[in-house]
Amino acid sequence: MSATTQLIPARLRSGDLARVASVGLRTRRLRAALSALGIAIGVAAIVAVLGLSSSSQAGLLAEIDQLGTNLLVVTNGQTFTGASATLPLTAPAMIGRIDPVTKVADTGDISSANVYRSPLIPSIDSNALTVDAASLNLLPAVGTRVARGSYLDAATATEPTVVLGAAAAQRLGIDHVYPHARVWLGGMWFYVIGILKPAVLAPEIDGSALVGYAAAKQYLNDTSTINGTLTVGPPTTIYVRAQNSQVNAVDNILARTADPENPSYVDVSQPSAALTARVDAQGAFNGLFLGLGAVALLVGAVGVANIMIISVLERRSEIGLRRALGATRGQIRAQFLSEAILLALLGGAAGVTIGSFATIVYAHTKHWAVVIPTEAWAGGIASAILIGAIAGLLPAIRAARLSPTDALRTV
Amino acid sequence: MSNQPICPPTTPVADTGLAIGDGYRAGGARPAVLELHEVTKTYSSEPPVPALRGVSLTVHAGELVAIVGPSGSGKTTLLHIIGTLDRPTSGTVRIDRIDLAGLDDRQLAALRARSIGFVFQQFFLAEHQTVLDNVADGLLYAGVEVRQRRELAAQALNAVGLADRQHARPTTMSGGQRQRVAIARALVGRPAIVLADEPTGNLDTHTGEQLLELLQELNAQGATIIVITHDHDLANGLHRQVHMRDGLIVFDTSSAPQPAGAGNTTEDQR
Repeated sequence: MSATTQLIPARLRSGDLARVASVGLRTRRLRAALSALGIAIGVAAIVAVLGLSSSSQAGLLAEIDQLGTNLLVVTNGQTFTGASATLPLTAPAMIGRIDPVTKVADTGDISSANVYRSPLIPSIDSNALTVDAASLNLLPAVGTRVARGSYLDAATATEPTVVLGAAAAQRLGIDHVYPHARVWLGGMWFYVIGILKPAVLAPEIDGSALVGYAAAKQYLNDTSTINGTLTVGPPTTIYVRAQNSQVNAVDNILARTADPENPSYVDVSQPSAALTARVDAQGAFNGLFLGLGAVALLVGAVGVANIMIISVLERRSEIGLRRALGATRGQIRAQFLSEAILLALLGGAAGVTIGSFATIVYAHTKHWAVVIPTEAWAGGIASAILIGAIAGLLPAIRAARLSPTDALRTV
Repeated sequence: MSNQPICPPTTPVADTGLAIGDGYRAGGARPAVLELHEVTKTYSSEPPVPALRGVSLTVHAGELVAIVGPSGSGKTTLLHIIGTLDRPTSGTVRIDRIDLAGLDDRQLAALRARSIGFVFQQFFLAEHQTVLDNVADGLLYAGVEVRQRRELAAQALNAVGLADRQHARPTTMSGGQRQRVAIARALVGRPAIVLADEPTGNLDTHTGEQLLELLQELNAQGATIIVITHDHDLANGLHRQVHMRDGLIVFDTSSAPQPAGAGNTTEDQR
């Protein structure tokens, strides 16, 4: 029969599908909002966790960038016998001759000396502070500044004066520089002329009391001998700044330059690389919060499925009417499936908005750059759509299975 | 409700866009739009319930038929089978010259979208939509684009006398007006058959009478209308009455086609 072959159901246009899919949401707004809330919370948690950790990492990396990633630190390593090696006295000067090196500064650990607030403090209470001889150009090389007072200069470096690292000043109970401020250092009074700000890339400076090399030689017996002549003590740590593009090249030749005879006695490190690695490792804690977000999403999905099943039961007459108007089972199924997806999508969009807003506000208070990773918001939206589809599948199939006569009978 | 003309006489029938079978009226016998032959329907419960026990009925284009019977007479089952919402246990059903036996579920849906308009006792209007959109939804599954749906809906509303209430919500309307909206929705696709299930069931007597006038008028414009009712007053106002009892047709006022031409709405009543 030719007429039979013409009986092909018309396709529901996408605009019409969107309209019928939103019927339930438009007529029962509060219920739709509440059932979308679960998904919104889950997506918001996921977006906020990923956004906050990314923003915090970006903040730290920006800070590290500002301090410079071109700092290389040369320290004395160990000899083959396990004893502490000594860097040659000439090492800083040799390193300074490497072309891409822009700054070289050094400190020499004076292990024989300790620093105390006064001679009355028991010598065992050393507060884990060290005493170091420091070169005059130390501060720009390690990337810190003087918080109070001033740093050593050519004059004060020869006198019993001391500059305290940030932590050292705190542990000694000296928060500002005043005339006659002094500490008991190596068995005599040293006058405090300055306090440093924290040195992020060289935290060992923070716990140090810094004196001039000349003063160390004169008052603390920090000496070494070259060609039979007594001179200042050897450096133990050399801070090297290189041109950014040449950091790796400098890194490769630094040990040989510092101690050409025994390059293996020299340790070279890049503190910014270690910090960056630590920042990356912080992300490991996110797993817990992401898990919580996933649980919220799951609960949200159950909520959507529940609401859709109730909706199908309540809207039997609408389903019956639509079948009477000529809707196929597939069109009814598509309507309810689309409604569930739309519901979840609204929840997901709200969640992304809330999560992003939380990230923006928190990052702003911390002065971080706002970073919301693509996988966070796109993943949030995609998981919402997936959840809507899964949660809506069963109710949609039930709606489509309903026979038109049964659907119309119930009212 | 006022007694204003539902369809102003100055408006030519064709302009309402609702007349079907204009060609049929030109002359000759009107074609059958509904043919039932020995249709039975038994619900498979324990014990099985025979709702229809061999119904044969032919309705021609342009007829206005009442199917009357008490509760349990099988008239709702018959409505479902005529409306292709349910399939008979045996017998043949042809709508618009198409035998339903060979059709699958999707084809039946397409047939409903194209050839059958429903009017329900409970109206089934969407409260969140305007009257115009409610009527336009009558064509939602017929593949008509939204602008054209609204144009046709406006014409259908004009035909039922609600041209000025297009943008009202059904909740602001009286029962009679709502049923007119539902009738407009059934008519908007110019179906071969309009099936009305107890259309006056939720209306008071006066409103019911006005609705009857409307049905007669629409029929006069060419629509084929089958009214299922237990209300004998309503049935008596229609050209042809088919009485049912216990799943059988016990009385049919017409065994021959009774065309209803424009203007002679009562002549054919016997």
